[in-house]
Amino acid sequence: MFKQKHFLALGAVTLAALLLLSLPPRVIARLKLALGSLFLPLSSLATTAEQLPADVADNLLPRRELLQEIARLQRENQELKVRALQTASMVTENAQLRDQLRWQRQVGWKIKLANVVMRDPANWWRTVEIDLGSNQGVTNNLPVLTADGLVGRIAAVWPTHSQVVLIGDPNCRVSALIDNPAHDVGVVNAASTLDNTLANLTYLSGTAVLKPGQAVVTSGLGGVFPKGIPIGRIVDSREEEFGLYTEARVKLGVNLGTLEQVSVLFR
Amino acid sequence: MSNQNTFMIYAAAYLTVFGQAKLPGLRDWFGAQVDLLPALMVYTAMYASLLNLAGLALLGGLWFDSLSANPLGISILPLFLVGLAIFTQRDLILRDLAFAQIILGAATSAVVPFITVLLLLSTGRQLLLDWGSLWQWLVMIAGGAVATPVFFALFNWFDHAFGYKIRTESSFRPDREIRRGR
Repeated sequence: MFKQKHFLALGAVTLAALLLLSLPPRVIARLKLALGSLFLPLSSLATTAEQLPADVADNLLPRRELLQEIARLQRENQELKVRALQTASMVTENAQLRDQLRWQRQVGWKIKLANVVMRDPANWWRTVEIDLGSNQGVTNNLPVLTADGLVGRIAAVWPTHSQVVLIGDPNCRVSALIDNPAHDVGVVNAASTLDNTLANLTYLSGTAVLKPGQAVVTSGLGGVFPKGIPIGRIVDSREEEFGLYTEARVKLGVNLGTLEQVSVLFR
Repeated sequence: MSNQNTFMIYAAAYLTVFGQAKLPGLRDWFGAQVDLLPALMVYTAMYASLLNLAGLALLGGLWFDSLSANPLGISILPLFLVGLAIFTQRDLILRDLAFAQIILGAATSAVVPFITVLLLLSTGRQLLLDWGSLWQWLVMIAGGAVATPVFFALFNWFDHAFGYKIRTESSFRPDREIRRGR
């Protein structure tokens, strides 16, 4: 049965937990960093172990195949250089036209690649950790994406790593625009817990005409995500709150369960 | 409980938390990650001292929260509450029976996430919860139920292999010997 020492222990642990929960955010961030850094040796060990088979395979690859790969990459590089030149001239032209029309110039975005190193061990969050941190210039609320579309935004930053809150988590709401004639705008909200390829698009106009397969992109409203990043495609829709607004399910362009590499957008 | 077993418990907690964050585990197959800390808590509550029980709740909870989006310290209390409940009743529990271990593992794996979610909701945080969470909860319960006997077997084997053997005393006492003859 409960004895005095049990009550004392319970009181001490409760007090410790309450103290930790009431600490200011800056202290919490430092504590999390200190505790998280305890896992760095294991993390680097795991990364090395993951890379080992790939390194062995690379060493065993025949020279002829490597040369073919180099030739293919050189061709691709040339093509991309030409495209980059074309894009640069278009950017210049766009800026000139904006100047003539006295429109505000758009700020360019830079991209940095990052590896996904960990996932949230709790089932009630949808976050991942990436190996870019404040040392590489990462700050809170930077957009994170892949070639397939939007992934989420930076939620917490430490010197060597950052936490990305993924699209579909209740803490990552994205203003989205549908590629239909009315350009209906809604908010991509919490998704299904079991299917991380789906998200809900809510607060769409009650008169919105939605068809399966319509593209959903970021609207640029809210200031976090630039306009035009692909999010996914409409699967189906239904009226909510007695026709007050429409809600649609969106099949995300990115498979959040298999993320390995992501890009962080910098201003 | 031997010192090396106490050390092993903390090491297991450290590795468990890291493994849950690094490895996909059952997430890819069943859509939920299994939390093994409650199962470890059952073994600790059965064999370790109250101080070690509190230590595991504190360190395990902090490590878990540091790799998660949880507020730091939220996982400590659920772990300790469950551990303390078992600790106070451990003399009445048939700890060597696999059935008892499975039931305890399932019960702790059910209660710990439930209390954690309640605490998180009471702090006003928005969590990813829907009917699918019920399935995730069942997966966590099943995972905990399976993991508990494994932890018991592992730690008992470790204690047996590396710990000092208990010295069995003979009932023979030289001072009580009846000496015959002249």
